[in-house]
Amino acid sequence: MSQRHASSPARVPGAPSGPASGAPGVADFSRSEMMIVAAARELAQQRVCFVGVGLPNIAVNLARLTVAPTLELVYESGVFGAIPARLPLSIGDPTIVTGATAAVSMFELFSFYLQGGLVDVGFLGAAQIDRYGNINSTVIGDYDHPTTRLPGSGGACEIAINARQVFVIMRQSKRSFVDRIDFRTSPGNLGGAESAARLRREEGWLGRGPSVVVTDLGIYHFDDSGEMRLDSIHPGATIDMVRETIGWEPKVAEPLETTTPPTPEELRLIREQLDPEGAYTK
Amino acid sequence: MSKVTSMRDAVAALVHDGDVVAIEGFTHLICFAAGHEIIRQRKRDLTLARLTPDLIYDQMVAAGTARKLVFSWLGNPGVGGLHAIRRRVEDADPASLELEEYSHFGMVGRYTAGASNMPFFPLRSYFETDLPKANPLIRQLRSPYGDDTVYAVPPLKPDVTVVHAQRADVGGNTQMWGLLGCQKEAAFAAERVIVVVEELVEETVIRADPNRTVIPGLIVDAVVVEPFGAHPSYVQGAYDRDNHFYRDWDAISREAATTQAWLDEWVYAVSGRAEYVDKLGADRVAGLRPSGHAPSGSVDYGVYK
Repeated sequence: MSQRHASSPARVPGAPSGPASGAPGVADFSRSEMMIVAAARELAQQRVCFVGVGLPNIAVNLARLTVAPTLELVYESGVFGAIPARLPLSIGDPTIVTGATAAVSMFELFSFYLQGGLVDVGFLGAAQIDRYGNINSTVIGDYDHPTTRLPGSGGACEIAINARQVFVIMRQSKRSFVDRIDFRTSPGNLGGAESAARLRREEGWLGRGPSVVVTDLGIYHFDDSGEMRLDSIHPGATIDMVRETIGWEPKVAEPLETTTPPTPEELRLIREQLDPEGAYTK
Repeated sequence: MSKVTSMRDAVAALVHDGDVVAIEGFTHLICFAAGHEIIRQRKRDLTLARLTPDLIYDQMVAAGTARKLVFSWLGNPGVGGLHAIRRRVEDADPASLELEEYSHFGMVGRYTAGASNMPFFPLRSYFETDLPKANPLIRQLRSPYGDDTVYAVPPLKPDVTVVHAQRADVGGNTQMWGLLGCQKEAAFAAERVIVVVEELVEETVIRADPNRTVIPGLIVDAVVVEPFGAHPSYVQGAYDRDNHFYRDWDAISREAATTQAWLDEWVYAVSGRAEYVDKLGADRVAGLRPSGHAPSGSVDYGVYK
């Protein structure tokens, strides 16, 4: 595994290496690996997590194997309390059923578990996000004549509304972190915290909205105005790299923390157990 | 009375040009065998409903069977997009494709309203999103019991629903386990139901475990016995999802010509699922068997006289 990673173009220049980071061969790590590890760590203390398609899948499964061993994994395909024996490519893989606490219809899953208020964290990916955490996963361009037709909501729309809080994991780029999203698939803090809080109250949403965005460069939380704020920067990333990959002038915490690098054990779990083929980390 | 028939006869008798067709199953139990037979019989102008159109509808769209999709997530999970559908949507190549888009809960609610003969299904979704603008059939609704406002979606009643399952008896009483998706809702909502199973069992097997019966024969029009009929989707306990094919499809479907060549080889040139499975080969099939067994415990229903 380490040989494949040694040639990875996504390798972080200047990332920590040497004896402090542990065993040979895992001292280096890719930006994707840092992102997945940082996202998993955010799930410490959480109880019930609704797992989205793609990157959330590996982050949540890493969390279950590290910081959150009692985390209940909920899959929209109709599983509560999954204990996958392999990392599923799809969120409807047979491994999420075998050994699970409950396999239920999608009606039950969305009605009783999600809309009933039992989900603490909805973990989503996205194609576009704005500074208030509103998410587009539907189209790039005009809806009727899209430049790129994306998958659409799936369960993301109702997850963003009904999960108690929303975590987002996605790679940063000028195309994905935009001033204005092309389509609002999943509501975040709308136009700001104050109006979002009022609307959520008036319309009876259970969710408080987005609370964490983890990227390949850093970790953002949301400030009192409802806007994303860079609270931690990953080792090897710079503020310039952050600015170059974001469509607005980002707020930056003072002081800005540096994310703790992946441990050898976290890297081993990703490389040997969760994603040996590099489907999520390339 | 036996409802057992062949896939060819079931599709010929029960699927008509212009129908609303739902081949349901969420990742699990997607009946590719039925989709391929619909392609072979060159059905046209279908409205295809599924939460996740998946490869089966990408293939059916590429083959020209469909004029419209009703859906909630349009992708190849963990891999990327559905290229034949995207060509139709982004470039109208070779023709445009009508889309009617919901969220997963919205689609589940639509089948639920259809199955329970209700004029709508209410849900707490869609607030402050662009989905109701994209699809005006998603409408706001004021609670008759207070100030709450929720959204409503209309019933979906397919002309035909196709359900794949582990087993059924000759009367169509159908049992499944693993991910249930919204197979039950889609079947009860439909005018006609085709059940496709891995195994035909005696009625006594069904009656020994009534909690596992998802669809009663009462609403079933045809039972087709088609082992491996869900490949490259999967059947819990019988065979795994063929993730390699899901990845391969990404390259196959990127060009219209390679897509058509695949359809020629794997759909038009084979007579049915048995020949398709032969063509897959024993090694490919054996490689998809589960790596071990995980039997459920048995329960005692008791005898009461």
